[in-house]
Formats: sequence, structure tokens, C-alpha cells
Amino acid sequence: MLKNWRTLQPYLLVAPQTIVLLLFLVIPILTIVAVSFWEFNGYSMTPGFTLSNYQAIFASKVYLTTYLNTFKFVGLVWFFTILIAYPVAYFLAFHVKTLRWQVILFLVCTIPFLTSNIIRMISWIPFLGREGVINKSLMALHFTDKPVEMFLFSDFAVVLAMVHLYVLFMIGPIFNSMMRIDRMLVSAAEDAGASAFQIQKEVILPLSSSGIAIGTIFIVTLVMGEFATVRLMSGGQSSSIGYLIKNQIGSLQYPLAAANAVILLIITLMLVFAILRVVDIRKEL
Amino acid sequence: MTNISRRKLIQTGLAAGAFLATTNCSANNQTSTPTASTGTGPTIITNKIKDVTLRFIGTGVAQINEIKEQAEKDLGFKLQLRALSTEENNQIAITQPGQYDMFDGEYFSLPLVVPSGNLQAIDVKRIKEFGKIVPFFTTGKFYEGAPVNTSQGTSPSKVMYLKDKDSKEFSATPTDWATLIPFQYNADTLGYRPDLTGGKIQSWAELFDPKFKGKTALLDIPSIGIMDAAMVLEASGMMKFGDKGNMTKEELDKVIEMLIQKKKEGQFRAFWKSFDESVNLMSSGEVVLQSMWSPAVTAVKAKGLKCVYGPLKEGYRGWGGGVGISKNLSGINLDAAYEYLNWLLDGWVGGFLGRQGYYSAIPDNAKKFMKPEEADFWYEGKPAAIDIIDPFGKKIESKGAVRDGGSFKERLGNVVCWNSVMKEQTYLIQKWNEFIAA
Repeated sequence: MLKNWRTLQPYLLVAPQTIVLLLFLVIPILTIVAVSFWEFNGYSMTPGFTLSNYQAIFASKVYLTTYLNTFKFVGLVWFFTILIAYPVAYFLAFHVKTLRWQVILFLVCTIPFLTSNIIRMISWIPFLGREGVINKSLMALHFTDKPVEMFLFSDFAVVLAMVHLYVLFMIGPIFNSMMRIDRMLVSAAEDAGASAFQIQKEVILPLSSSGIAIGTIFIVTLVMGEFATVRLMSGGQSSSIGYLIKNQIGSLQYPLAAANAVILLIITLMLVFAILRVVDIRKEL
Repeated sequence: MTNISRRKLIQTGLAAGAFLATTNCSANNQTSTPTASTGTGPTIITNKIKDVTLRFIGTGVAQINEIKEQAEKDLGFKLQLRALSTEENNQIAITQPGQYDMFDGEYFSLPLVVPSGNLQAIDVKRIKEFGKIVPFFTTGKFYEGAPVNTSQGTSPSKVMYLKDKDSKEFSATPTDWATLIPFQYNADTLGYRPDLTGGKIQSWAELFDPKFKGKTALLDIPSIGIMDAAMVLEASGMMKFGDKGNMTKEELDKVIEMLIQKKKEGQFRAFWKSFDESVNLMSSGEVVLQSMWSPAVTAVKAKGLKCVYGPLKEGYRGWGGGVGISKNLSGINLDAAYEYLNWLLDGWVGGFLGRQGYYSAIPDNAKKFMKPEEADFWYEGKPAAIDIIDPFGKKIESKGAVRDGGSFKERLGNVVCWNSVMKEQTYLIQKWNEFIAA
């Protein structure tokens, strides 16, 4: 009896988590996959099996351009978040000497993130607009006599807002992995006559690569599914796959939207696996 | 809770997913009315109808607490409101029939909602004043020679009646079975800032005028945006349509092709999806001429800016909303639903919405609940004899102002097309996505 109980214990322990994942992750995804094969006649969907939803996606040029556009956003946002996050994390981890100040300064980094995503995004609009702060100052300083229009409702605005929204997801993991670099390695490299650049290249960058990889996964998955930022900051001028799906859901085209979601999921997972192949996160942890 | 079937689970999961998705999407919706029930203690039950609670879903316009409170006071039973975007409203109406008792929606949603069988036919014999409803809802005719008599698109009269009590098909001629009871509608057009356009806007064609390059905006809701685009293209002589409300694939191809061309040329500053976006675009001066909704114009004016809801020579794009009954209602709940519909036409709601510029299905009833000066301003197009105050107490027009577009007859009579669901709806969405992605 007691032995039975012992063997049951681990199963009981994992049961809550398993049930939650099954209910809220596995079953919904399976449902989406199932619906993506359903038939759709313009007004309503009927259970069935058709590949026409997928055919429509692969046959249309729109999806290709939209995916390319989404990848462009992913690439740009990834590049700029690393550009910002790496020095910030490095400063926190190596230049700030006491743990207390490291923690305090890291918390300072998170302060803007205490407000909602939408608010942080929308607050850019009065800043960037035709009559916005930047344009007003540029004109007051006589750098330009006409307001610069590309600041708002453009890809520039989209990337700017997304970098702002997501940079913390990059700083966190990089900071974390840098904190665990043995300081003796840096001293040893210095003693062996390595230059500051060589120390970065040979010691710190490789050892913080797991952090960069984790941050990259965050950025890729977040930006691939983005639609609110793309819509608001581009003023509807630019599109992403998430926005396309949202439009289809809005017009009740669930099977098409589901097929798109399945493809988006597969592509995003492929990207994540590719990242995991380059960097073995588990080994680094 | 004991016998949750797997099917139920999937449904709930889907519902939860859809809910999450929609709430995220609509983070910047126009109005979200708090719907907390009024916490009055138990009262002595004199009549069973007092126990009834009718659950509404609807768009922001009429899902307002003031209306709920008045209805509860007048009718004695409870209402529960839920304000949604047009898209969410349709989604719930079609996919989650158990979630609502009353559907407050637009007529052009009906070709999508009615086939789901989630609404029951309304017995017009039980609607006391059905005969007094403005005729373009009931017969499609307004007054002799009015352009609205021959308007294109999903005009309310085309989807007003069902063939029979249990039919899912629309009847072109009046029957005893109605889909929705109308209570609010309006004529939409372009809004502009006269101080920034440097003059009056007189035609839809001016949206594509190079003079306003980079300063116009279009509505990014495919079913409505395409109609505005069609009005512009037709007005500028670039295209002719058989029926703007039911375009062929070739027509859609051509419209989108031209829209993409204009987009590439930089004609548009933005595309807006929600009411508040259009207000911000206009009041910040990013856009000087755009598709707009009537209360958005009022909101811009309330900021002290000049904004005109231009009467244009080609006419208006109309829309109409009404309330329908869920198939789930029966017995005393159904009686309550009919009482509500009769109350809806009785005038209080008409007066309330009328002071925001919407029209009532029975204008004479609505006028009873407005000051004569208000009725003159909103319905007759006469100069305001007093300051015009909206139902929430905010001043929106000064004494002497005249409503843009004039009287009820002039505005509604000149509706030439209605918000629509086309036969080629799927194709439209596909093409619209192309336009946005271009």
C-alpha cells in the first residue's frame, strides 16, 4: 500500500501542472490545428478537411511580403535591443561593484515597465507627431523648416516603439549570464596581456552567449506575434502576420486565421530551434 | 460542475482564447462601460418579471449606463450590458449564443449573424408602434424622390424581415417576422478641419486630391473602408460600380489596386480602426481630411477645434443599428425582451441618443423627450436657439450653430449606400490585407 503511494507521488506532483498545460496550451493548439482544416464559405465554417486554407496562404504574394516585413521587424528590433542591452548589462555586471547597487540599478531599468505596454507605446505618438515635441524642437533650432513626417506612422516608429517595449527582455538574461562569469577569468586574461577588446571577444561575449540566446528567443517570439504596436505606430500603414491574423479573426474567417497561426507557430518554433542549435542554453545554465 | 464533457472543455478553451485575443485587440476601444450590477438589496417581489435579467451585447453607442438605469427604472427588471467593438459583437453573436439574451448590433452584421440561427424572429404584432418606424427601415422608401430609396449596399430594409418564424432567409417584402428593431442610425461622411484644408470640402473625390497628400486617413475596417474608398473612386470618375455594396471580384481587384497606388504615392497619413484614433489624428493635425463617425467630429469640436462633418454632393454612407432577441429566450424572459423593445421605441432612448446626433427609429417619439430647441437643431437643421448640451452635460455647440448637413430629411434622404457585407466578403478581406501589407 505504502509502496503504491510512493510510486504514485511523482505523478500526483506533476498532475496539476500537466492538467493546466493540457487545458490551456495543448488542447487550444490542437483545436487551432483542427480548425485550420475546416471549410469556410465566407459566412460560416463547417467541420471538414480541406487544404484550401493553406493553399490560399502559399499561393498569395501578400503572405510572403508580410512575412518578409515581419522578419525585417524581428531583425531590426533584435539588432537594436542587443546594441543597447549588451553595454547596459556589461556596465551593470562589471562596472558597478557592489551587489546592492547592481540590484538597485537593475530595478531602475525595470521602472518604465511598471506601466502598461499600450501606454508606453501611445506616449510616443505626441512625441513623434507632426506637431510633436521632436519636430517642434527641430524647427525651433532651425534644423528643418518643415516637420519631418517619417518620425510617426512609419517603420521607424514601429521599430523604435518595439525596441523600447522589449529591450528589458534582452537586458535581463544578458545581465544574468554576465553576473555568473567568474571574475578570475577576466583577471587571467588581463594578466596574459589581452586587450580590452580581446577580453570582450574571447571571454565575456562567449560566456554571455546563453543570455543573448535567451534574450533573442524572447525578442523573436514577441515580435513575430506583434500586431498592436505595428498597427498603432505605423498608423495602419504597415502589416505583420499577427495583424493579418487579427484582421481575419475580426471578419470571422477563423479557418484561414487558424491556418495562418499554425504556420506562424511552426516558423517561430523553427527560429527558436535554430537559436538553440547555435547555443546550448542548458549547458550554459 | 460534475459532468463537464470534453466538448464543453474545448468550447470553454476556445472561448477563453477568443476572449484573450479580443481583449488584447481592443485595448484601445472607444468606451468600456462598467457593467457592475447595482447592489440593491432584496426587494419585495410583486411580479415575477422583476427577477428577469436581460444580458445585452452591443457596440459602444448604446451600451451606456444611463440607458440601463433608465430602462431598469421604467421596466422593473434588470439589464446587464457589455460594450464591444463591431467585430467582437459579431463574433460573440455567432459563436457564443449562450453569452447573451439581447443582440444590439448593426444591420449589416445580419447576413453574418442570421445564418447562425442564434437570433429568433421578432413578432412585429407584439411591437406596438412598429407601424410608426421610419419607412426606409420597414419598406425601403423614405419620401418621394429621395436618393436613399435606391441606395446600394446592405440597406436595413433588405435584411429587416425573415421569410417565416423559423426561417434563416431574409424576405425582400415585409412579413410579420423582423430581425432587429431599429433604434439608432446615422449618415456618415468625411470629416475635415476647415482651418487646415483651406476651404470647404464638397466631394468625396477630394480625399485623393494631391493637395492633401500625406494628410488624409481612411477607415481600416474592411467592410466600411471599402465603401468609403468606392465613394471616392466613383466621385473622382476613376471607376463605376454596378453595386458598391456588392462588388464583383474584378471591381475589388481594381479598387484595391488604386488604393495601393495612392498609398505608395503617400496620399494617406494613417489608417484608423477605432473611434478615438480618428479623434486623435484629427485633433493633433496629423490628418486634415478623413473618413469619420459623427460622435468623433463632436469630440474634436469639444476640444475647441473647428471640424466639419461635410455634406458632400455625392451623398452619405448610412448605417443602422437595432436590437434582436436570442433564440434562447422564452416565457417570462421573452415577455421582458418584448417589453424592452417597446420601451426602446417609446422615445426616452431616442431623445438620449438624439442629443448626441444619432437618429431614432420613431423621431416623433424621441422629440417628446427633447427640448423643442434641441429637436429643431438635431432633426430640423435649424440654427440652435440655445447652447446645445450632450446627454452627459457637456456643451458641444453654441447658440446659433447649424448641424452639418442640415435636417434629418436632407441627411438621411441622401444616403446612397449602406455599410455592407458582400457576397465576396472573403475575397474582400484577402484584398484588404494586400492593401495594408503593400
